[in-house]
Amino acid sequence: MIEATNVVKAFNNRLVLNRLSLKIEKGETLVIIGRSGCGKSVFLKHLIGLVKPDQGEIIIDGINVAALTFKQMSNLRMRFGMLFQAAALFDSMTVGENVGFNLIEHTNLSSQAIRQRVEESLELVGLRGIQDLKPAELSGGMKKRVALARAICMKPEILLYDEPTTGLDPIMADAINDLIVQLHDKLKVTSVVVTHDMVSAYKIGTRIAMMYQGHIVEIGTPEQIKNTSNPVVRQFITGSAVGPITDINFKSLEQVEGDRK
Amino acid sequence: MKKLIEGFGRSAIGTVRYAGGVSVLFFETLFWVAMPPFRPGQIYDQMVKIGVDSLPIATLTAFFIGVVIALQSAYQMIKVSAEMYIPSLVSISMTREIAPILTALVVAGRVGASIAAELGSMKVTEQIDALETLATPPIKYLVAPRFLALFTMLPLLTVYADLIGIIGGYTVSVYKLGLTHSMYIKMTFQPLVLKDIFTGLFKSLIFAVIICIVSCYEGMKVEGGAEGVGLATTRAVVISSMLIITSDALCTVIFYFVG
Repeated sequence: MIEATNVVKAFNNRLVLNRLSLKIEKGETLVIIGRSGCGKSVFLKHLIGLVKPDQGEIIIDGINVAALTFKQMSNLRMRFGMLFQAAALFDSMTVGENVGFNLIEHTNLSSQAIRQRVEESLELVGLRGIQDLKPAELSGGMKKRVALARAICMKPEILLYDEPTTGLDPIMADAINDLIVQLHDKLKVTSVVVTHDMVSAYKIGTRIAMMYQGHIVEIGTPEQIKNTSNPVVRQFITGSAVGPITDINFKSLEQVEGDRK
Repeated sequence: MKKLIEGFGRSAIGTVRYAGGVSVLFFETLFWVAMPPFRPGQIYDQMVKIGVDSLPIATLTAFFIGVVIALQSAYQMIKVSAEMYIPSLVSISMTREIAPILTALVVAGRVGASIAAELGSMKVTEQIDALETLATPPIKYLVAPRFLALFTMLPLLTVYADLIGIIGGYTVSVYKLGLTHSMYIKMTFQPLVLKDIFTGLFKSLIFAVIICIVSCYEGMKVEGGAEGVGLATTRAVVISSMLIITSDALCTVIFYFVG
């Protein structure tokens, strides 16, 4: 189980996470929704130790992530797989080297065995026979799939997805959604997905959590979120330009203009 | 006045913070250089990129500088009939000063810029974060091989530039100023002592550390996309060049007084 308690994080005096608390149950797919720049990705990076909280703690199966030594952190990271927003494939390597990176770096497997494991991972994401291509030769959707294959190659227990469908056409986005659901069912992993794509959130989420002003304002099943009475969540899921989220922006804009006068 | 003091304070804090960041990266790099696995393949690739691929530009620069030193000194030497000392002047100035600093500046421009741009692009496309999530320390994977490659290849390039500079001086002295082949060789190596070459090599080791650490630091702290990468690349070359020239002056003063 992953448990974040009162996590606070600020960058250059700008508060990004404001006493955020959240529990993620083992084996579930939790989707975190929220506006761009609200701190969803920052929270995801806290889970894998890329960013450390200023206050509060993140406990994963009883281990406080911020208190780990380098070696312990490396061991913990081996239990994770992460899909980055822009795939983050290594340009200088082939697809095979990208997917098998962890196997090459952290195991003594023969190159034949690594090639086979890489092929299996690529098949799981619906790709085959592309091990010798370079990332530059792939389409956006293929890059995301390859990055997903890299994330699952070490058979992780926890998968983190940062905007998995951003920048993809609706058909490819749906294919990635299907893939996330299939991988969750096949690998029995705990998944944390950060997105602002509601179609994706409803399709893949066991639960959905809405992040707003640096903390979670509502959490529930997709049905509960669809039927919520919370005006902030309602505005976000309906994609309306008018509501409490934008009111704050308009108010602050008016204040700025008032100050100018 | 208050603004001036504030500005001075801000830039002083910025400089101290920068020096701190660079120092931390340097010591972390030393740590990771000593830790297995040693990745000889990666180090070899970097040695080729940094050293072998810099040969054409190092050759051109050193040869023409050798030619220029010989011609400029001939301008005065001929007046006092001291042309025979031109080879000594070329060899000593090349080995002690010109070859180390010019090679370092050329490598800072070519390799330093490329390191900052490559690591900067990796930073903005989250490839460096991806390395960390794959339980691989970016300093071990990206900085350590470049550090080892620069630390070995820059002194070798410097020795090579010493030789090419001397050949440049030879071309002018023998084919233009009328010195004989044997005279040039004799007057090149007679005054040259091992200390002259080691002085140059010692400097080139310091320059290698400067180029690698400054360029990697700039690359790894890039923010703001393509514009950030461009700025980091420029800063890497400018700061490396300034530090090379400053540390060269410092080394020269120390060597002068220590003897």
